[in-house]
Amino acid sequence: MIKLEAVYVLMGLLTGGIAVVNARDDSNPRRWRNTLFWGVYALLFFAGSYLGDLANGGLVLVMVATAASGLGQGTRESVSIADRLASAIRHRNRLFVPVLVVPVATFLGSVLLKDFTVAGQPLVDPKQVTQIALGLATVLGLCTGLAMLRPPASAPIVEARRLMDSVGWAAVLPQSLAALGAVFAMAGVGKVVSTLATTYLPLGSPIAAVAAYAVGMALFTMIMGNAFAAFPVMTAGIGLPLVVQQYGGDVVIVTAIGMLSGFCGTLMTPMAANFNIVPAALLDLKDRYGVIRAQVPTALILLAANIVIMSLFAFP
Amino acid sequence: MLPLMGILIVIVGFALRLNALLVVTVAGIATGMASGQSFLDVVAAFGKAFVDSRYIAIVWLALPVIGLAERSGLKERSREVISAIRAATAGRVLLVYLALRQVTSALGLVSLGGHAQMVRPLVAPMAEGAAENTHGTLPDATRDRIKAMAAGADNVGMFFGEDVFVAIGSILLIRGFLEQNGIVVEPLQLARWAIPTALVAFAVHGTRLLRLDRRIAREVSEAKATSTEPTP
Repeated sequence: MIKLEAVYVLMGLLTGGIAVVNARDDSNPRRWRNTLFWGVYALLFFAGSYLGDLANGGLVLVMVATAASGLGQGTRESVSIADRLASAIRHRNRLFVPVLVVPVATFLGSVLLKDFTVAGQPLVDPKQVTQIALGLATVLGLCTGLAMLRPPASAPIVEARRLMDSVGWAAVLPQSLAALGAVFAMAGVGKVVSTLATTYLPLGSPIAAVAAYAVGMALFTMIMGNAFAAFPVMTAGIGLPLVVQQYGGDVVIVTAIGMLSGFCGTLMTPMAANFNIVPAALLDLKDRYGVIRAQVPTALILLAANIVIMSLFAFP
Repeated sequence: MLPLMGILIVIVGFALRLNALLVVTVAGIATGMASGQSFLDVVAAFGKAFVDSRYIAIVWLALPVIGLAERSGLKERSREVISAIRAATAGRVLLVYLALRQVTSALGLVSLGGHAQMVRPLVAPMAEGAAENTHGTLPDATRDRIKAMAAGADNVGMFFGEDVFVAIGSILLIRGFLEQNGIVVEPLQLARWAIPTALVAFAVHGTRLLRLDRRIAREVSEAKATSTEPTP
């Protein structure tokens, strides 16, 4: 059975390869820091499941300290713009094939592999089909690309290094935020926030309670970076006891739109790093918060719309 | 109140634009220690949660193939393709992507999009290329605005599309939470009530994408005016 662990070996090879390419690149004045950062990350993929929690925590601290001291970036371009233009003319639309293989194969894999069995055993771990399908799809995409474009053998890892170093430490931020969320949950942050919200927010009428619930969902999602973490806290604090039970709101409408109000918060917070900070790095934006700025107007209008929709439809 | 210290550290750290990785780690350790645990316990908890959430990073496995295609001229080709479509503007390209992203997410095909898989290699270069075809060279700030709106279209399309699909995580979470509180609801009912917000999201963000074209035109003409002014 293929488990997530196999995909982590691929990730270890990728990040380990990035560390090696960095070590050999003297155009990056901070190459040893990059080597250490990606090398330790590779170790966490290869051995994270077998090392103890404390050792893993120590390794994470090494990565954080290295990132805080400043990572660098190689400056050597592997291929000139003229070469890329010539290659674009030569390959034309075939260039899209390897890139599109990844999402299409991920989708097909996540549907087809679910029920695929070999000798009575499921071929892939049924609990993690989508993640494993994504891992397999990237391998398939890479093989397609290698067969069609025939680059030098080192090209995939050299190019992956270029992209990964342009993202830099932001690449591991989503994982650190997940870890922070776990610590927050352990320390009971949610309970304190919901006590504060019910104590200080004006909740004297159905409309006020609806607004407090929706805005509370958005704000607490901004703090946690994740509407899933905010939903149980806010719904247990305001949504169920006040909007539904005290004022008679429809439980389906209230909770469904409550969750969507949380998504408005996700659009506005750097804590949702994989949606907001990572793309800013991936697209080379000068402003780290550029994606958030682009989304804030939409998020605020939608939050207001959610309050209106909930007020109109939840109280028959 | 002490557990809220971590939140304060995060807000201040992000506002001051300190290294976010450092801010998050310090906030985690401070929160854990404020709730009465030892430093080593918190480091261990942090390490465990970090390792447990390694699956988030799997999307980076797409980088070798994307890098390979970029090296062979993928972005250049994307612009070429868009230039053949006369009606294409940055805003319209992104509007089409928003619609596709929202509809496919509503059908449960969330994995068809994404920032690493679609936005960086395809959507953003096409939107930039469309704007360049109309306006020539773009100022850097305009280029960044187009790219940021491309990332935003992916997020808005996915967030407000996926909830219309019954088997998505958020619907199952709502159902599970209500069940724990003794209320049984059908996923289909919950998904149905995601539709009004989904429609509003498309209308609002779609309108903003179409207005982006006017803004690009204004920024480009302003940039031209300042660059051709005679120096005194």
